[in-house]
Amino acid sequence: MSGPDLLFYFFATLSLGGGLLMVFSRHPVSAALFMIVSLVGVASLFVLLDAFFLAILQVLVYAGAVMVLFLFIIMLLDVGPSGAKASKVKLLSGVAGLISVGLLVVLLLDLGLGSMDCSECSAENCDACGESAAFAWPEIRDETAANGNSLIFSPSVKAFGFGLLAKYMLPLQVAGFLLLAAMVGVIILSKKSTAEGEG
Amino acid sequence: MAKTVVLERKPLSLSERTYLPQIVTGLKTTFSNMFKEKVTLQYPEEKPQLPQNYRGVPTLVKDPNGREKCVSCQLCEFVCPPKAIRITPGSVPEDEEDREHVEKAPQEFEINMLRCIYCGYCQEVCPEEAIFLLDEYSSSGYTREEMINNKAKLYELGGTLPDKHYKWDKKKDAEEEGNAH
Amino acid sequence: MEFDSEMLQQLGLKALFALLMVSAVMTMAGYSVLAERKVSAWMQGRVGPNRTVLPFVEHIPFIGPFLKGLGIFQPLADGLKFLFKEEIVPGHVNKVYYYMAPLVALVPALTTMTVLPFGEYFDEAGNSSPLILANLEVGILFIFAVSSLGVYGIVLAGWSSNSKYPFLGGIRSSAQMISYELAMGLSLLPIFLWVSVPGSEDSALSLVGIVNSQNDGAWLLIVQPVSALIFLVALFAETNRLPFDMPESETDLVGGFHTEYGSFKFGIFFVAEYAHIVVGSAIFTTIFLGGWHFLPWIADPWPATWIGTLLGIGWFLAKTVCLIFFFIWIRWTIPRFRYDQVMNLGWTKLLPLALVNLIVYVLLVTWLDQPPSVTP
Repeated sequence: MSGPDLLFYFFATLSLGGGLLMVFSRHPVSAALFMIVSLVGVASLFVLLDAFFLAILQVLVYAGAVMVLFLFIIMLLDVGPSGAKASKVKLLSGVAGLISVGLLVVLLLDLGLGSMDCSECSAENCDACGESAAFAWPEIRDETAANGNSLIFSPSVKAFGFGLLAKYMLPLQVAGFLLLAAMVGVIILSKKSTAEGEG
Repeated sequence: MAKTVVLERKPLSLSERTYLPQIVTGLKTTFSNMFKEKVTLQYPEEKPQLPQNYRGVPTLVKDPNGREKCVSCQLCEFVCPPKAIRITPGSVPEDEEDREHVEKAPQEFEINMLRCIYCGYCQEVCPEEAIFLLDEYSSSGYTREEMINNKAKLYELGGTLPDKHYKWDKKKDAEEEGNAH
Repeated sequence: MEFDSEMLQQLGLKALFALLMVSAVMTMAGYSVLAERKVSAWMQGRVGPNRTVLPFVEHIPFIGPFLKGLGIFQPLADGLKFLFKEEIVPGHVNKVYYYMAPLVALVPALTTMTVLPFGEYFDEAGNSSPLILANLEVGILFIFAVSSLGVYGIVLAGWSSNSKYPFLGGIRSSAQMISYELAMGLSLLPIFLWVSVPGSEDSALSLVGIVNSQNDGAWLLIVQPVSALIFLVALFAETNRLPFDMPESETDLVGGFHTEYGSFKFGIFFVAEYAHIVVGSAIFTTIFLGGWHFLPWIADPWPATWIGTLLGIGWFLAKTVCLIFFFIWIRWTIPRFRYDQVMNLGWTKLLPLALVNLIVYVLLVTWLDQPPSVTP
């Protein structure tokens, strides 16, 4: 087993283990910390894929900002282990669990079928085709990525920029609009509660 | 009746509201302070200049003839706020002939420096001017016992002060000449 | 990719360089503690630490007493003191997180330096390449990402101490970090716009590119003073320095997040704080003060050989030290903000200012970057 493989297994275990421990830990603060571990693990996997930009955004946005906010709220509200136990919406969480398991199954099936589709490789070396060079993305030099012509895959920041602001302009705008709507909603909700509090 | 004049506070100008010019002024002040003369006293090497009326460790003093001044009246023991002074009264030793008319002398005189607050009441109250707070200020020890100054230590610290009252000599003279009041 | 001997050699070399850099930053952190004590003393008319000395150095004529007077050996004594003090763990703490917190605080402070360029070396043809541990294309984002993890150390310390004042310190720290990170990031966007002119080889997100764009030209401090100001203020907030030392604020929170910490664990927090300052100063130097390049508009006066490399590193360090002095200088000049004032400044002053600054520079850069056929 080569070095990068070892690293892959290490970080994969880290992210999966972190995720599992997050779900099963009693204390919200521990859960949040395990989630950070999991996120950092995923970021490391991105690094192994040479996607530094994605890795850094993962750490910067999720581990660095969103989770700080989570921790802040958990600590501010002082949610203890008892608070986690007392969730009454058992049915809802059951349904949510079912849906996520279903999604996972679909995803795995799709992934399995997708690799079956890989026509170049026969059944016995199908396992190896993920690692072999035959499956590697075509190499993209910076100047071709820079004019946005061949945006297949490139770890460079410019490729991300062109992808987001040229090819996926509409989804980006829609996502932004959604966030704006959410923000307006939050403002309205918080305003309403203070008005009731005063009244 | 004086009228209170209410001064209108001027609204801050734009540059004042950014605070930046004020911060720069502050920085200038602190920077210029860096090059001023230092006021630190390098203590064990340099000693502070004590003022005339400094109240240091309380001590017992002898008169210019080397005789004990304290008559063990215990006023200082009585006045001492933290009860740091403990006097065991005794009589004047027989061999001191020029002090035989003095009624008492301390057999033991202890000042507990762990309790003393250097208030100087003992010096103020002493009718014999026998106890003085001199300019000794650093007393230290490894045990509590060490910090209790006994009579020998107190005389060692105090020494002799050049005062010219000779109160008891005058009394003796008066007694001998027969015009005691 | 297998672990062959060449790769191992590379790894070993990198590890050696990393070790060197860590020791350099740690030494600088230790000596900035000394500088803090000395400068504060001078500003207050005192002399500062001037007693500690190694026995054999003391007897060297002139130099010995001079070094003693400067307190050169004080950090050594401080470090030893932290090592040999009794280690006390209060009974009411959450042990695991309590032990973890100082490490979580220190590791990000030391990791940010990996992408920090501090000089350049020249090969025989005279081409320069930067001295840097890992030349990431997105170095500045890496620094942001890792330094934003540093807050967990403080938050964990505050929470695991299970005591009121540290807890408040931790809460304040997380709120402050979220507030100022935004302004900090926004203040740098105009820099990226300015540096990445169309067709330029410099990647704007790479610190090396930013430094090289300032070679023989204006420093970005001169081009973008507002960005520099916002970045500096946010840097003070992110490094928890006075006037923004909300998590510590001795006067209202006893010792802040490290109230329950003693001996070496406190020492780690202390060093992490100063390592943040050192690295922060270095980053500001890199982005706004031209890195290892000489004064603005003046080409590097040193030759493109190893002498130039050394002088460049020295020049970079000199700028960094000046900034560390500035950090200390500010601390002993300005009083601490109140907590609500800090939040107010971050959200209602710096953030809008950064946005306006960004818009202005977007317009300016768009105007400047018009195709050459339009602009003369």
